[in-house]
Amino acid sequence: MSFNVNEHGYYGNYGGAYIPEMLYPNVNILQEKYLSIIHEPGFRQEFHQLLTDYVGRPTPLFRANRLSDKYGARIYLKREDLCHTGAHKINNTIGQILLAGRLGKRRIIAETGAGQHGVATATVCALKGLECVVYMGEKDIERQAPNVARMKMLGATVVPVSSGSKTLKDATNEAIRDWINNPLDTHYIIGSVVGPHPYPDMVARFQSVISEEIKKQLLDQTGNANPAYVIACVGGGSNAAGAFYHFLDEEQVKLIAVEAAGCGIHSGKSAATTQLGRPGILHGSKSLLMQTADGQITEPHSISAGLDYPGIGPLHAHLYESGRAIFMSATDAEALASAFELSRMEGIIPALETAHAVFVLNKLNFRKDDVVVICLSGRGDKDLDTYMKYIS
Amino acid sequence: MRPKNRLDKLFAEKNKDILNVYCTAGYPHLESTAAVMQALQQNGADIIEIGMPYSDPLADGPVIQQSNMTALEHGMSIPLLFDQLGKMRDTIHIPVILMGYLNPVLQYGMAAFCEAANKVGVDGIILPDLPIHEYETEFRDLFLSNGLHFIFLVTPDTPEARIRKIDSLSSGFIYAVSSSSTTGNTAPIEQQEAYFKKLQDMNLINPILVGFGINDSTTFRAACRYSNGAIIGSAYIRTLTDVTDIGMATKEFLNKITG
Repeated sequence: MSFNVNEHGYYGNYGGAYIPEMLYPNVNILQEKYLSIIHEPGFRQEFHQLLTDYVGRPTPLFRANRLSDKYGARIYLKREDLCHTGAHKINNTIGQILLAGRLGKRRIIAETGAGQHGVATATVCALKGLECVVYMGEKDIERQAPNVARMKMLGATVVPVSSGSKTLKDATNEAIRDWINNPLDTHYIIGSVVGPHPYPDMVARFQSVISEEIKKQLLDQTGNANPAYVIACVGGGSNAAGAFYHFLDEEQVKLIAVEAAGCGIHSGKSAATTQLGRPGILHGSKSLLMQTADGQITEPHSISAGLDYPGIGPLHAHLYESGRAIFMSATDAEALASAFELSRMEGIIPALETAHAVFVLNKLNFRKDDVVVICLSGRGDKDLDTYMKYIS
Repeated sequence: MRPKNRLDKLFAEKNKDILNVYCTAGYPHLESTAAVMQALQQNGADIIEIGMPYSDPLADGPVIQQSNMTALEHGMSIPLLFDQLGKMRDTIHIPVILMGYLNPVLQYGMAAFCEAANKVGVDGIILPDLPIHEYETEFRDLFLSNGLHFIFLVTPDTPEARIRKIDSLSSGFIYAVSSSSTTGNTAPIEQQEAYFKKLQDMNLINPILVGFGINDSTTFRAACRYSNGAIIGSAYIRTLTDVTDIGMATKEFLNKITG
């Protein structure tokens, strides 16, 4: 089975580029050029230099001893939370800002949910001196105030989005509309493995540095590059795509994707797309999608703004349908409990998104010598308000 | 037997100043679709374009977005729309096309959709997010066998070779977007003359209607100078917002466009 995108941008039944004609020139030039640009020696050199000197890569692979004792496995944390700006998102924005430069673009737009992608985009725009406009749902602006402040500090314009559910889906709609209205000078840095082809593949490639490093680090630390499990949370799915990437063809490695169940999968307030969704089209690609019988996109719910999205990337829909990855979920309450557990057992405060991945340690039956890697996608500074409410 | 497609008849009889007016199904009220269509036919519209509301209308600006949300809140859906259109051909004799986004149509089922559209007497379909490749490989035969024209968009940035390809796949007419923008944008249409002239000089197989940014007689005439006609959307939706007499409001609006 292939987990690579085909020439029309499909992973199995999912993907493609379902875009109105107004987006065609911009998307087409990306389709034609992204691979040759990211394979250029000059591009690769600059990308890796920035990942090293600016982002702080490689991020550590940390053996979590107390968690390991508790859950009866050899648990490792891939510390993406230690990346500059506090999450894996910057791996992708570094790649895309270099690509935008090579395409001659002077203005950058982005959508953001938790604000991590917005901050990572504002950061690279400051680094390269490009104008930056970030679309963010009003509801997310409220619950992720520290990241809004960071984006403004970095010189970005944050545009509040009041349509629909006022969250990530609607911010993405507005970013796409901006791109339609500014076809010449603007590059759209999508933050996840969603959107029309080539975005899912392009973003997955930029994030694949995560699994590239995991392999090397595991080989060093355990003598075997392949773990028994790789666990990552999935909203759109960019950290999961990056953490799974170099293991996709290693069949013995179990890939665990963790979705946000919100108040419970069948509570009506959930974002567990594989459990609740059907095939459909949103934001330029065919994937699994939460929707009504009439095909209207439904409003998801998660305590975590980064997972509050009614779809998943087409690669993940393919991994789900083919059975290559196992999809699990964590509720708001379970994620909160796991955030506290990780904080108090390992001294690491995770992002709420990441805490969903940590939760499934409770659900998996490990053997004592199983090597388990959790992608610790982001840190929890932005979520302290929510955590403090939970304490009191 | 189904009569000859009304778009073909229209373009055979009239090749300039064709006025296509967009309305959102179920807007301003759930049951107003028929009244709006009547008013458009009576007051000089040549084609009625009915928007099927969608939760995430990516190519539309704020005015049409809002009309979509309102119509969905009223309970509009594709099955209900086909119910409302069931008897339209008793009174509506001009061409009717449906415009919408792919996802609701896919959930209804593309084959069922084409059959239902054919049955109620729809003449053409616009789905801006259905790509050429998927249209050609999966759906073209369905549209054609149901007597439905499929109308593609072109923009000022669509390369000439691609316009030719779109022309070869289109039937009915080609929808020329007047600027690369979402609907309701008011960038001056006069700035796009070079683009319209290019389209005219290409001598395409299909007629061309120009859309996006047309809101009065000046912009309508400018659009018609190099094309077969124009499409009005947001400006009409704005007119329908908060009106009590749909017939009177439509009459005044269309008089301003064609007057």
